[in-house]
Amino acid sequence: MKFGIQVNEGPYNHQSSDSAYQFTKAALEKGHEIFRVFFYHDGVYNGSRLGVPPQDDRNITELWEALGEKYNLDLVVCVAAAQRRGVLDESEANRNGKDANNIAPKFRISGLGQLIEAGVQSDRLIVFGD
Amino acid sequence: MSEVIKKFMYVNRKAPYGTIYALESLEVVLIGAAFDQDVSLAFVDDGVFQLTTGQDTKDAGMKNFSPTYSALGDYDVNKIYIEKESLEERGLTLDDLQDLKYEDEDEDWAEKDSIRLVSREELAQLMDEQEVLLSF
Repeated sequence: MKFGIQVNEGPYNHQSSDSAYQFTKAALEKGHEIFRVFFYHDGVYNGSRLGVPPQDDRNITELWEALGEKYNLDLVVCVAAAQRRGVLDESEANRNGKDANNIAPKFRISGLGQLIEAGVQSDRLIVFGD
Repeated sequence: MSEVIKKFMYVNRKAPYGTIYALESLEVVLIGAAFDQDVSLAFVDDGVFQLTTGQDTKDAGMKNFSPTYSALGDYDVNKIYIEKESLEERGLTLDDLQDLKYEDEDEDWAEKDSIRLVSREELAQLMDEQEVLLSF
């Protein structure tokens, strides 16, 4: 089966990004396809490479990146939600006159159309969040 | 844009302010309207407050985005379901909500109501018919 995954919550203060990660990993290990993982609302914080959780805890961004690397996942952060919250890639930072960017390398920033496309192209779109 | 047409339902469950879910849901609906899908919106639980008239956010310092809902008809988003029980549980009636309209292309652009009051049971049935449910 082909899944689209939507993550609506930031890491650490809500279970849903962990749950989305675990679901995505399990689905891939079972041989399913993940069309795209789309990060929306505070979910965009999953794509910040500047998070530094304590060493004895999981690093959710790095977990997503490792999974993305292994399975060539399309990890998309919503541009509108991300700009609001200060998650920027290099071109967004330049365009908006900011002196830094923080998107993690395996993630990419794109528009909400990517979420709709995930709904159209996937057999199931699964939403994680409140 | 896409040859596949699916039944998309956006389920709005939260009050308009206090969290950003309602505003960012509306952003998805407006962007998604460009995709020529079969779109409907459902307002349940505190989500029914999103459509109340007379919203004034000045003192809270937030943007009042409620006028945007009246543009939905122009985006061909004209199936708006309000869950009757959610409305009643909050002491509201349809008169407390915006009167959303659209122009029906098939009937010489006649102006019609977008809002449809449905029972919890009817909404469950409608949800069952959807192919994509986005919950906000």
